[in-house]
Amino acid sequence: MKKVPIQKREPIRLTSQEDFKTFSFSMENEKKVKEILRRYPEERQASAILPLLDLAQRQCGGWLPKSAIEAVTEMLAIPLMRGYEVATFYSLFNLNPIGKYHVQICGTTPCMLRGSEDLKKACENHLRIRCGETTKDGIFTLSEVECIGACVNAPAVQINDDYYEDLNEESFLNIIVDIEEGRETKQGSAIGRQGSAPLKRDEHVKK
Amino acid sequence: MPKLRIDDQEIEVLEGMTVLQAAELLGIEIPVFCYHRKLSIAGNCRMCLVEMEKSNKPIASCAMPASEGMVIHTQTPMVKKARQGVLEFLLINHPLDCPICDQGGECDLQDITMAYGSDASRFNLNKRAVPDKDFGPLIETAMNRCIHCTRCIRFANEIAGVPELGAVGRGEMMEITTYVQKTITSELSGNMIDICPVGALTSKPYSFRGRSWELSNTPSVDVMDGVGSAIRVDVRGREVMRILPRQNDAVNEDWISDKIRFAYDGLKYQRLDRPYVRGKDRHLHSVSWEEAFGKIAEHLQDIPGDHMAAIVGDMVDAEAIIALKDLMAMIGSSHIECRQDGARTLSSPRCSYLFNTTIAGIEQADFCLLIGTNPRWEAPLVNARIRKSYLLTGLPVVSVGPFHELGYPVNHLGDDPLILERILKGRHPICTQLQNSKHPMMILGQGALRREDGQSILFLARQMAEKYAFVQTTKPQLLEHWNGFNVLQTTASRVGALDLGFIPSRTGYGLKEIMESISQKKIKAVYLLGADEIDMELLKSAFIIYQGHHGDRGAAVADVILPGAAFTEKPGTYVNIEGRVQRALKAASPPGEAKEDWKIIRALSEKLGLELPYNTLEEVRARLVEVNPLFDELDTVQRAPWQEFGEKSDIHAVPFKSVIENFYMTDSISRHSITMAKCSLEILGGQKRANVDG
Repeated sequence: MKKVPIQKREPIRLTSQEDFKTFSFSMENEKKVKEILRRYPEERQASAILPLLDLAQRQCGGWLPKSAIEAVTEMLAIPLMRGYEVATFYSLFNLNPIGKYHVQICGTTPCMLRGSEDLKKACENHLRIRCGETTKDGIFTLSEVECIGACVNAPAVQINDDYYEDLNEESFLNIIVDIEEGRETKQGSAIGRQGSAPLKRDEHVKK
Repeated sequence: MPKLRIDDQEIEVLEGMTVLQAAELLGIEIPVFCYHRKLSIAGNCRMCLVEMEKSNKPIASCAMPASEGMVIHTQTPMVKKARQGVLEFLLINHPLDCPICDQGGECDLQDITMAYGSDASRFNLNKRAVPDKDFGPLIETAMNRCIHCTRCIRFANEIAGVPELGAVGRGEMMEITTYVQKTITSELSGNMIDICPVGALTSKPYSFRGRSWELSNTPSVDVMDGVGSAIRVDVRGREVMRILPRQNDAVNEDWISDKIRFAYDGLKYQRLDRPYVRGKDRHLHSVSWEEAFGKIAEHLQDIPGDHMAAIVGDMVDAEAIIALKDLMAMIGSSHIECRQDGARTLSSPRCSYLFNTTIAGIEQADFCLLIGTNPRWEAPLVNARIRKSYLLTGLPVVSVGPFHELGYPVNHLGDDPLILERILKGRHPICTQLQNSKHPMMILGQGALRREDGQSILFLARQMAEKYAFVQTTKPQLLEHWNGFNVLQTTASRVGALDLGFIPSRTGYGLKEIMESISQKKIKAVYLLGADEIDMELLKSAFIIYQGHHGDRGAAVADVILPGAAFTEKPGTYVNIEGRVQRALKAASPPGEAKEDWKIIRALSEKLGLELPYNTLEEVRARLVEVNPLFDELDTVQRAPWQEFGEKSDIHAVPFKSVIENFYMTDSISRHSITMAKCSLEILGGQKRANVDG
């Protein structure tokens, strides 16, 4: 998603299916659609379903209303059911309205071993919601996801398109508070690790 | 051609065959769930695991192509353990509700678990629960039982051509569903019940009605369209409990239409179970056979032979047709008619009314021209073959006639018959494509032949067939050529009746003349043998004898009703659209005093003093062969030599019309079926409900 300049926490009205009775790509996205379709051979246009659904999801504020799936399948001339299957298969597509910031805590084994359950608990307590729920003001949606591929720097959390790694309760909550209060957040490793470079023998123990 | 060893037996198989198919050829059984010989390979159930030498893990035999030098073992401890493991996983979420499951007794999962499974499960957590889905009035769902083999999804996508089913979610959350609880709109949907290896999809009308081991099975033939699909009638006592397909690769492969599968409940209602005579009070009174025959004899006494006409209906067996034909000849009438829909077909030459390409032959075609037909409703299995051919070879389909959604792309040229003239003269853009095809075929529907100018359209079609490569020789003696000229008959009795010449001779009256002569009092008595699809108002003033099994349109106006047997209640011979002579066996007895149809005619002939010269079924069948030797060859197609037909005259510029208004109600059985009424309402949306009389 295009980086949204972080603003002060003001309540946001969640959109619903009703808001998307019909869906069409915006002028700007229409250009991207053409660019995406060009990547695939003439008779293999159906392959464009993933990038197009993603584009549609970004346009709709992070989730995919039915009308968007219908529009994309129609555009690619594939059965509606095929589009619906793809959209339900990937957890990266949200079929229900979602907050402005989607906090995705990785719960797969490496992150779990490195304390993701504590992160989850801390976040749930702080935001007063459970996993899978959205805050009343529509700012945060919290979910636990399967491996997000950042095991080297476990535990990791993905917020919208950004990764936050090497977290502990404190550094994670700081990020959430930063977002709430409209400050810039620091992506990547919370302990200043370069990429996924190994730490000194006892550094990770100290952490 | 690769050679491989399976369980120490050597076999050479065709390129592209799988290990599973090779094992099947050797008679080695490998258990499967997701594999189905008519569907694409999914390879997701893992039940077909076998051991392959030089591979350290078992392979899925359904998806592994057989290759040179493979050594396969299907009976090793590794395979046994793999099968047990797969079954244990499949059963983790499968409910143990076999005692209340309709699939019980004929369930693949049950059978395979008995044969290959373990005795206990180690899973002690809760099983997942999946909400049931609404698939419409025909298919009952119990989605907890689903093992995600995806056969139903592949069937809907590939065979039925309605991509409405899908698997949403993934892993343990995966569910088979339609998009937002939509009814499945296919004429073949019932086949999903057969291919479902567990009890997730079962028959709604049959639910909790019976157990497979209580039923006796009788092979029979579908009489609700002209295709003549092989079916199996399952009865308990006298009642038809369900109808299933039999495999016949030449005709219906593994499938049957929903109409024949589910309309059987119509056999229970509104049956004619005893003879009736209309009294002076204009009401029907139940009488004995003697009295009914007496009344007929009394009436016919004063009527000269050629003042009588006979019309046979759509589901009549050849035995009854020949008996009635012989009787009418003895009475001295040549006014016999089998084309109750007014089609302008003639009984000769034979190639002018047959599906000459044969149904399996559709797969060889490289161009298909549909003329005035909606194969999806008129013959769902022919349509499935066209779709199959489209999927295999990309068969281009062009249609002249009303537009219908057929499940494959159709280039719809319009519904104006004059388009055909332009194609014949080479003045249509489609002609280039047609000229470049090696094996083109055309299907002439009843919508094109039920017109005043039906004979001219036949003539035009013959000229087209000869001009382009539809028919590749005009020499009649050559039979082994490509014949792409096809007429799609919509009824089960029509080809048989035409083969037997149940059609007026030069002096006889056809349907239209019979109707006119009735009002002019030239025809005073009409014998309706199961004929219900004619305008009864025009017949009313004549003395009407109705012989049939349902109190439908014909019986409503009859003066004498002779109760006959439905197709499940008599041994009968039917000829399908290709000219394939097929036998149906008797599955149950007719209700009450109803009798087999040829016997009724035989008994009546005696009362009229014109004894028909046959007393047993064998003798009637010998008579069939005497009239037309084709009836001697069962289950094969005898190709008809190409001859001239049709009549040159002007084509009317009237658009082609559809002949079927409502797929689910086309005959006296389906019109009285509650299931079919539900289908009409729920699937067709109620707007196209049949105009059922009374």
